[in-house]
Amino acid sequence: MDFLTLIQILDSAVRLATPLLLACLAGLFSERGGIFDIGLEGKMLAAAMLSASVAAVTGNVWLGMFAGVGISILLALLHGLASITFRGDQLISGVAINFLAAGLTVVIGQSWFGLGGRTPSLMGEGRFKSLEWPLTETLEGIPIAGPLYSELISGHTFLVYVALLAVPASWFILFRTRFGLRLRAVGENPAAVDTAGISVVRLRYAAVAICGVLCGLAGVYLATGLAAGFVKDMTAGRGFIALAALIFAKWRPWHAMGACMLFGVLEALSNRYQSIEAPTYIIVAILIVMAAGLVWSSRKSLLDLAVLGGVAFLLVTVGTVSLFSSGLFGQTAIPGQFIQALPYILTVVILAGFVGKATPPRAGGEPYVKER
Amino acid sequence: MDKMPKWADVLLIPFINLLLAFILSGLVILAIGKDPLVAIKTMVEGSFGSTNAWGYTLYYATNYIFTGLAVAIAFHARMFNIGGEGQAAIGGLGVALVCLAVDWPHWTLALPAATIGAAIFGAGWALIPAYLQARRGSHIVITTIMFNFISAALMGYLLVNALKEPGNMAAETRDFPAGAHLPSFHEMLAPFGIEFSKHAPANISFLLALLCCFLFWVLIWRTRLGFAIRSFGHSETAARYAGISPTKIIMISMMISGALAGLMAINNVMGESERLILNSVEGAGFIGIAVALMGRSHPVGVFLAALLFGFLTQGGAELQLWENIPRELVVVIQALVILFTGALDNMVRAPVERLFLKFKKRVA
Repeated sequence: MDFLTLIQILDSAVRLATPLLLACLAGLFSERGGIFDIGLEGKMLAAAMLSASVAAVTGNVWLGMFAGVGISILLALLHGLASITFRGDQLISGVAINFLAAGLTVVIGQSWFGLGGRTPSLMGEGRFKSLEWPLTETLEGIPIAGPLYSELISGHTFLVYVALLAVPASWFILFRTRFGLRLRAVGENPAAVDTAGISVVRLRYAAVAICGVLCGLAGVYLATGLAAGFVKDMTAGRGFIALAALIFAKWRPWHAMGACMLFGVLEALSNRYQSIEAPTYIIVAILIVMAAGLVWSSRKSLLDLAVLGGVAFLLVTVGTVSLFSSGLFGQTAIPGQFIQALPYILTVVILAGFVGKATPPRAGGEPYVKER
Repeated sequence: MDKMPKWADVLLIPFINLLLAFILSGLVILAIGKDPLVAIKTMVEGSFGSTNAWGYTLYYATNYIFTGLAVAIAFHARMFNIGGEGQAAIGGLGVALVCLAVDWPHWTLALPAATIGAAIFGAGWALIPAYLQARRGSHIVITTIMFNFISAALMGYLLVNALKEPGNMAAETRDFPAGAHLPSFHEMLAPFGIEFSKHAPANISFLLALLCCFLFWVLIWRTRLGFAIRSFGHSETAARYAGISPTKIIMISMMISGALAGLMAINNVMGESERLILNSVEGAGFIGIAVALMGRSHPVGVFLAALLFGFLTQGGAELQLWENIPRELVVVIQALVILFTGALDNMVRAPVERLFLKFKKRVA
């Protein structure tokens, strides 16, 4: 892989990581405030559809952006209504919002444009333009730093930089302001916040609303920055990858950026290559080490041994198959489907606590009831 | 505090919830410039108007009975199994492997074997999330969501690289042997002199689904294990105090849940397509959530709710055909049902409860 290919992959990774990052930070605010949100996907989808529609009709991407963020906030408030005011199940509410968006975007899109749920392709002012940074052409000739600057840093759309700036901003708000302290407290111990005379309900609604704004931006970027228009189900599970990144990052902003970038690289790789070749002996070694680790960590209980031993057995089987099909020093093709599934697999591993332990905010998922 | 009568909880509130969902869906139809009454007429005729229509409605309902029961049993143990979609897909893999492994002489032999295959594969796919919940405290909702995506990738890989017949462009297995063909309603009812449409996909798995409903009821309300599952669902601490092992209950109830979701493949893979195709589940795993919520996790309720959603799915297909309303309208209705019966339940429940209390006071 030469340098230019690497730059291109990283460049597309940044683009692909942007919607993940915005949605991940959205989830961060909501879950730090004690409201689980598996409806990120639905809010992104609704925002993508409405922003593309408005941008297509008016030819103005900014109006599209406001419309997209608006619908996302509305859905977020619906989630708030269900989970804060009516103390319903937050997970079920999130599921409902996902389906609501998946259905309505197609039904309404078909009625507006008659294109089977698509919106017309966006052109000109209907899309976000890439921002060229100063001096890109003069600096392009410099080896390494030149392409790095002109390809990777410059030349993205407005929302990419918004997403990157949202990371330090989220960190500052959550960890350096009074509001942030209260928000985190309301996700850990709402009763304490209530005792201090601060409204739990208002704080949680604020968290949900911020989540709506960021999710909306993620959806707007999908339809007007990454693509040129809305297509049915265009989020394609990104809301859930963002959720995975949030767990992977253990609910921290800077780590969220790292996780989203990693997942962005994985997506860029699987878009570019059908499969990735790797030396068989390395793969076999990794599989054996993992299998041994699983068996070792399950030595104390029969149940652990049965389940984890079974997984270890599967790993060893995969290793054996690749060993026999290509020889120890041959090349084994890692299928693209595996790379696509890797974010989900990594999240399960992290959740399982084999590599570090992910502990969610303590009061997450539970409606707050003032009097017991 | 006095409680509402039971019939209000079981019938009145789901009815109001459903009514709200339908009214909003009607408004959506109005908003896209169509006539809700014509839409309802089209849907009813398209799903109950002929034996062919009935066949499709019952076929979809069969899928939803399985996935609905799967979600329901997890609800009884106060767990939310959102992974029915993946478990049903992997169950399909089990069915396909069983059906393709042997040149089955007759369906009476193939059906039990495929049932076992579907149940084992479905349960196996639920095993790891269940284990992680029981032993590591990883949230079952998140892990089952992740396993849905992992199963989609796995099935994609297996169908393209391992199970596909060489030379076939589509990612699907070869057709199952003729001996693995399940009797359709047409074949089952012909001896009784009833003329049922030849082309409808409803098949004997419908009876298997009814059997599962009955066994579900026996398990939950008539056995020691069912009692343990329900007590665990009501209060984990109380169950633990009574000597019920949380690990055991979580593992067993999730495995049964996965097995039930996997059994859906008997209907759609073995009964309908008679080969394994990509994305064979088509969202039925998620509809199971709505079905279980509406059915109040009771087999009779699940059966009725599954019938309702079978009607909606088939009616939705007809809407697309005749009225040019996208079948995604059904997804909207499904979302509204989940929203009102699951998340906004208190919105309806609290006023109704208050009304009943007022009424009671006046009588007394």
